[in-house]
Amino acid sequence: MIDLIVSGLIVVGVVFTFFGTVGLLRFPDIYTRMHAVTKSSTLGIMCILLGCMTYFMAEHGVVSVKLLLGIVFLFLTAPVGAHMISRAAYRTGVPLWEHSVQDDLADDGKRGPRLTE
Amino acid sequence: MAMQVLVNLILAFVWAFLNNDLTPVTFAVGYVLGFVLLFLLRRFLPAPFYGRRIVALVVLIGIFLKELILSNIDVIKHVAKPQQAFTPGIVALPIHLRSPREITTLANLISLTPGTLSVDVSVDNSTLYIHVLDISAAEEVSDDIKNTFEKRIREVTR
Repeated sequence: MIDLIVSGLIVVGVVFTFFGTVGLLRFPDIYTRMHAVTKSSTLGIMCILLGCMTYFMAEHGVVSVKLLLGIVFLFLTAPVGAHMISRAAYRTGVPLWEHSVQDDLADDGKRGPRLTE
Repeated sequence: MAMQVLVNLILAFVWAFLNNDLTPVTFAVGYVLGFVLLFLLRRFLPAPFYGRRIVALVVLIGIFLKELILSNIDVIKHVAKPQQAFTPGIVALPIHLRSPREITTLANLISLTPGTLSVDVSVDNSTLYIHVLDISAAEEVSDDIKNTFEKRIREVTR
């Protein structure tokens, strides 16, 4: 039963990570790629770490809180990283995919260099 | 909020000292008893009872995990399609949260929900620019999600 849970978690995590990576190759521009990579890597690695934790809890009786902390840190940092990368890309003028239909950020005239604040 | 947690901790210490037994189990029992006591005396507290915010936080985490799983299934669907059939775009989303902490939480949650990615925040903190993977289908839905998220975040922080 424990084997089933552990292997299920790890397989699901690997599948999510795999599809995220395929998305990185297949999607057309940096923003859509960020979509694929952030979401799938967060949940994928979360599933893998949870699987590890369950394994060590069941097989060795060790509750590894470090793995839980890893999940928490991942949750805190992954979306911030995605936000910073896509924002830096937009500000340095990386174009959107040509089939994109809307760009409200271009109309925002008040955007100044915020680094000087 | 911090004051009430402190009072609760002090009550737990008092309980442990009364039992002459300073172990984690007694301490936990004392904490629960103090929690109940604070709940019963909530009309004398200057701020709303903090248990409500903890419940709101747990609800927010639950919703968020559900959305995260849904968004991963969404990504898999888009990746597995033979043709790329989405129409992406950047949408301005007016937000009603004001403190930086709330806006950060909202932006992070948006980044991990289906089909949306926060790209930029306007200088006056009134608009969030999100990159939407599929504008035709997602706009109303994502608006709904944002409204529920904003409401939930406000319930946690205020």
